[in-house]
Amino acid sequence: MLDLALSENIAALPTRDAALKRFGRRDARFRLLTLAAALLVVAIFLGIMVSLVTGALPALKAFGWGFLASSVWNPVTEKFGAFAAIYGTVVSAFLAMIIAVPLGIGIAIFLTELCPRALKRPIGIAIELLAGIPSIIYGIWGLFVFAPYFQVHVERGLIQVFGNIPYLQDLFAGPPYGIGMFTAALILSIMVLPFISAVTRDVFETVPHLLKEAAYGLGCTTWEVMWRIVLPFARSGVVGGAMLALGRALGETMAVTFVIGNAHHINESLLAPATTISATIANEFSEALGDRYVSSLIALGLILFAVTFVVLAVAQIMLKSLERRSGGKSA
Amino acid sequence: MKSVFNRLVGLAVGVALVGAVNVASAADLSGAGATFPYPIYAKWAEAYKKQTGIGLNYQAIGSGGGIAQIKAKTVDFGASDKPLSPGELDAAGLTQFPTVIGGVVPVANIPGIKPGELVLDGATLANICLGTVKFWDDASIKKLNSGVNLPHLAVLGVHRSDGSGTNFIFTNYLSKVSLAWAANVGAATSVEWPSGIGAKGNEGVAGNVKQTQGALGYVEYAYAKQNSLTYIRMINHDGKAVDPTADAFQAASAKTDWAHAPGFYVTLTNQPGANAWPIAGATFILVYKHPADVAKTKEVLNFFKWAYANGDDMAKSLDYVPLPATTVNAIGNSWRANIDASAVP
Repeated sequence: MLDLALSENIAALPTRDAALKRFGRRDARFRLLTLAAALLVVAIFLGIMVSLVTGALPALKAFGWGFLASSVWNPVTEKFGAFAAIYGTVVSAFLAMIIAVPLGIGIAIFLTELCPRALKRPIGIAIELLAGIPSIIYGIWGLFVFAPYFQVHVERGLIQVFGNIPYLQDLFAGPPYGIGMFTAALILSIMVLPFISAVTRDVFETVPHLLKEAAYGLGCTTWEVMWRIVLPFARSGVVGGAMLALGRALGETMAVTFVIGNAHHINESLLAPATTISATIANEFSEALGDRYVSSLIALGLILFAVTFVVLAVAQIMLKSLERRSGGKSA
Repeated sequence: MKSVFNRLVGLAVGVALVGAVNVASAADLSGAGATFPYPIYAKWAEAYKKQTGIGLNYQAIGSGGGIAQIKAKTVDFGASDKPLSPGELDAAGLTQFPTVIGGVVPVANIPGIKPGELVLDGATLANICLGTVKFWDDASIKKLNSGVNLPHLAVLGVHRSDGSGTNFIFTNYLSKVSLAWAANVGAATSVEWPSGIGAKGNEGVAGNVKQTQGALGYVEYAYAKQNSLTYIRMINHDGKAVDPTADAFQAASAKTDWAHAPGFYVTLTNQPGANAWPIAGATFILVYKHPADVAKTKEVLNFFKWAYANGDDMAKSLDYVPLPATTVNAIGNSWRANIDASAVP
């Protein structure tokens, strides 16, 4: 249909130049269309930024920089500070990454290098299904199934085992509630695991067989091939997957709010209840009365934006320097 | 070509129909606000529509949202779990009235203690929530429960982490019965809790209480009843121990002096009456005193007038507590006194 139209058009035109011009105009129109699509994203981003900033201004004016440093959160006296929520957001996401990154890479290595062919698809599909579970399900499951088990079988043990070791006894102190920072980090790590393992598996599969076979031919063990050949080759992809997961962990709301305990306090113990920025907003926004309260919640959203931006920027810089260093070494 | 034409015609007819439906629904009432009364408003609306043909579009977006929407005049009425103070009402030109009563029930998980076995008074409950009473065999609890075998078990407070009318009623009660609570924490839809963990929603509080020995939490009456949780009896304003029942919530409203409560600015906590449950509260509707759309406001008041007259059984079936007749009379008087006469049915 299209071909027909094109040849008709060409036949109808007197010269070749005119046809080319016509195609050029078409391309220009197409470029404009895609440009508009791209600009739409920028416009949405700016729109969100503007509304966040204007919404947050009353709170930021009232509390100044103290908003970032204070961990008071008192809707009755209308005194608000974001520090406890920032702390909880960063620590829970960081802990989740410590757990999920090695696990995710381990899964990807098994799937690409060691897995019997018959198991490859079932395990791969199971991981992808894990990514498809809505976060509210993780929250409910975490609260009703995981937390009671964790409370009885793990937290009590942790408190006993680390009870007399300096530092660690502070990290695992207090009554075993079942819910708290550690539980939230564990649930988060399960949630982000599919992102890391799926992305990592895909990049591992792009490693040229020639490289791997050459290494095996030289007598490398599987461990050496993974550690010296595959991981360095796929490094930026692995870090990219981890960043995707970190972004999700920082912003995760529903699952976290069910299992973190929602306390605006900073506690040394990982077993104690804490809160995150997104959990606070989800909990309190709908019934927040008063301009300063609402504005403080919007300011929290702005801070989450900034935290995510800073974390991702730092990760990018780390990745760049990693590449430069390894590039220098090989040259 | 013909099929495309047919499809276009079909589409046009469809659009016209949707337009017609929209025109029909323009007569519907719109409201927004509190989530707690949403099920009963929806049930009333369904029955009302069957009788009168007038529907209600109620959006349960939370009390804060409801107040903001009625102030912005995007809805015909707002709904809030927390009553606005007379000053706030005057500033916005609004008036409010209660619709149904909800109760809040403390629940606990203590090994060997059955539902209704434990009794607490307001001061002790406040001290537990403040964290000054740390164990279930504390002298102040033992004094109220002679003959009950209380274990030496740490108390873990579980509160609602999401802002809610339940939180407001509970903290309002604690503020009334404990000076320390009023001075250090206060009453609001969410407060800075001195101790314990925050759980999301009734189901979160109930779940945490069930799972943790020594836990003390509070849930809406309907939730406690439907899930047969281990509730705690309370000693009320008159010094009597009462069970949380529908009658006890109604009793909390029966003796309330609405006539001397401008704008119904009363939370039904710690009310007098031998049978009154001390932790109760009504949920409220907000309308303009001098509405721009008189006919619409009249329809809104008609709807609630109908609900007061015919909706009690529906409310009870959902474990809400209908207002006593004295309160409904006071609402009628308030309408006539505050709202433009042309808008009052």
